[in-house]
Amino acid sequence: MKPVNQMQVSFSSHSVNESFGRAAVAAFLAQLDPTVADLTDMKTAVSEAVTNAIVHGYKDKLGTVYITAKLFENGKAVVRVRDKGCGIPDIQQAMEPLFTTGGEERAGLGFAVMQSFCDSVRVTSTVGKGTSVTLTKYFALKE
Amino acid sequence: MSVQLSYKDGVLTARLSGEIDHHAAREMREAIDDTAQKVKPTCLRLDFTQVPFMDSSGIGLILGRVRLLQFWKGRVVLTGLSPHLGKMVELSGIGTLASIERRAG
Repeated sequence: MKPVNQMQVSFSSHSVNESFGRAAVAAFLAQLDPTVADLTDMKTAVSEAVTNAIVHGYKDKLGTVYITAKLFENGKAVVRVRDKGCGIPDIQQAMEPLFTTGGEERAGLGFAVMQSFCDSVRVTSTVGKGTSVTLTKYFALKE
Repeated sequence: MSVQLSYKDGVLTARLSGEIDHHAAREMREAIDDTAQKVKPTCLRLDFTQVPFMDSSGIGLILGRVRLLQFWKGRVVLTGLSPHLGKMVELSGIGTLASIERRAG
């Protein structure tokens, strides 16, 4: 199935850009006329993925975070958040609730939130090359 | 300022405002801890009435304050949670560590 609309955005991995990343996706998804709850769910999931890219992917350096979003006819939205950072050695462990390498102030809930707020979460990662998180959510279409 | 603090009768109230993410949480944490470590309140009330959005960094912020208050056996109370914030709090299971005050309306 081909997307009916798509967008791409990229930005430097400064933490101040976390709000820009999720706001850009939310603005793009607004054309679906989503419920506030659905839109906030996706915005939260994107915020988690972008924060992971900035905090973990580019832990020791500045890099670029890439977001693409695609909309399909049936109300399916696919958002991919990608970094060219350090990669995740053990994806399964990284996705376990409460697991974190981020220190005391990180809850370790990023992936749990993404999984709970989206219909599917797919993670691919190569150590030294980067990580890609694909978030899929079905939005109810209004007539 | 994203945090407004007031202290009365052992209760330190922190009114948070704006979206809470990893970036914003840092400033909020510093502002709260600065005062909390000086006054050592028996209760820290985190008021989320003016917070339209929060990701799991907000949970980290709450958890960190629960740990801090434990040093002098203080407790943390969460108030003004919107449905979205309530959902985050519920997902995190943090309700066992901090009490949640539900307000009418």
